[in-house]
Amino acid sequence: MIKTAILLATEHMSILREEDVVPFRYRVKECAAGIKMGLVNQTYLITAASELARNMLKYADGGIVLIETIERDGETGIRLMFKDQGPGIEDVGLALKDGFSTGGSLGVGLPGAKRLVNEFEIASEPGKGTSVTIIRWANG
Amino acid sequence: MATEIIKLLKDKQAIILERWMENQLTPARVREDLISSDDLRADSVALITALVSNLKEKSLNDTDSADFNPITELLGSISFSRAKQGFSPRETGLFIVGLKEVLIAVIQEEVKDPRQLVDLSLKIHRLMDNLLIITFETYIKGREEVILAQTDEIAEISIPVIRVWDGILALPIIGTLDSARTQVIMEALLTEIVESSSDIAILDISGVPTVDSMVAQHLLKTVSATRLLGATCIISGIRPEIAQTIVHLGIDLSSIVTKSTMASALQHAFQLLRLEVYKRTPANASHVKPE
Amino acid sequence: MERIPILRMGQFLLVTIQIDLYDRLALDLAADLVKTASKTGARGILIDISAVDIVDSFMGRILSNIGAMAKLIAAETVVVGMQPAVAITLVELGLPLNGIHTALNVEKGMALLRSKIAGIAGETDPNND
Repeated sequence: MIKTAILLATEHMSILREEDVVPFRYRVKECAAGIKMGLVNQTYLITAASELARNMLKYADGGIVLIETIERDGETGIRLMFKDQGPGIEDVGLALKDGFSTGGSLGVGLPGAKRLVNEFEIASEPGKGTSVTIIRWANG
Repeated sequence: MATEIIKLLKDKQAIILERWMENQLTPARVREDLISSDDLRADSVALITALVSNLKEKSLNDTDSADFNPITELLGSISFSRAKQGFSPRETGLFIVGLKEVLIAVIQEEVKDPRQLVDLSLKIHRLMDNLLIITFETYIKGREEVILAQTDEIAEISIPVIRVWDGILALPIIGTLDSARTQVIMEALLTEIVESSSDIAILDISGVPTVDSMVAQHLLKTVSATRLLGATCIISGIRPEIAQTIVHLGIDLSSIVTKSTMASALQHAFQLLRLEVYKRTPANASHVKPE
Repeated sequence: MERIPILRMGQFLLVTIQIDLYDRLALDLAADLVKTASKTGARGILIDISAVDIVDSFMGRILSNIGAMAKLIAAETVVVGMQPAVAITLVELGLPLNGIHTALNVEKGMALLRSKIAGIAGETDPNND
């Protein structure tokens, strides 16, 4: 489990259509800018968020994202939790491999998003859904 | 019994201080280059006063007592600043060791009953050893802060992006390349490329001690990111031994332009920009060209 | 319906992306560009993304697709003005967009396109390939 952290702010957004992705990215950017995250780290986080939101739309017809500002060991960061009730992922290890895709895309989504954040956790149960949690620290 | 010793310390405070100062000012121990004897005396007076005024019978037996808080706080700040002033651990420790020597000597002179003497010496030992531990703990904390500050400073000064020519940037990398540093370097280089609208960036790695597959990966990333902006990145400063390692490790750098020296990289950059450098012939130099 | 305007500059087309593109708009832009290039016989396409602060794998694919489709109708595509943070992120994401040409700004992009077109007549271009 991702270690416990102090929750400073929390909200959620639904991602049900592709038009929801852009406002969602704006919101993440606002939160990241709010904790004075550097520009490159912000771009890392927003890009990862965009990839994961798209994955959710593509494979699970959308889902919900929790956007949280957290603090742990004196560091502030943004934690995003993507939850869907889609078909789930059969082989999580395989889905995290570069270039693997069941959806005919480039297959950089999951492994790429993982590289762009400080912490990445995925839990999936076939038939029930998938949840992905990522953290990017302000000075990470 | 114990009140007797506290009273004794109070009575002898001035003498203890003088002997302690004497102890500290012996040529072998004194560091006048780091601290003036006035400051040293001020520190000593403060500590001895804190010790004498806060010691109680109960706390003499219990070094964890809250009565010690003012003492440990003061001692902490003293050894913390010693660390920052550049004292060695030994010199910092001798501050307390010196006091301990003096205290034991005074007790030996003043307390006649052998059993009481042993009892008191033990207490003094325990007390001073505890203070010594505090000294080292805070000393190390102070050193760590110094190191952290230096690390930040090095990280900042070690990424100079130089405009060597109109449209050509050079970035000499000194030290090891890890992923955090690569990100900082990339950001500095790319920002400067955009700001100066430069077509070519030369990344000189003669100051990088070793190139393993991780470092190569970081270099490739920097080259790719530069290309995405629309500029060309040349890697220079590949020493023979580094070339050997690269081949031995099977690292593929064929997709990027590499040169052995900054000079040859610059020459290559001139070619790309269709610039030529000529040496003036005497015939050329003899007449003044119209400006 | 919202559309990204395509400017015609001689034998080149110029598109400036000013807003965060949602998917439909990006797909329409790709289709519009290729259609316009074909209709006008444009030799080059410049896509200015200096105002774009995030390019994810979807957007990356759109850019690559435009380049590939344009190539089929004998036009070159140059993406210009990518922000440093976007470039660093794309590389980390594992999407270095190897197939597309890039330039620092519109002016340099234009020069690159000219040299590419001239290159077909025999001259080689030092910056790419």
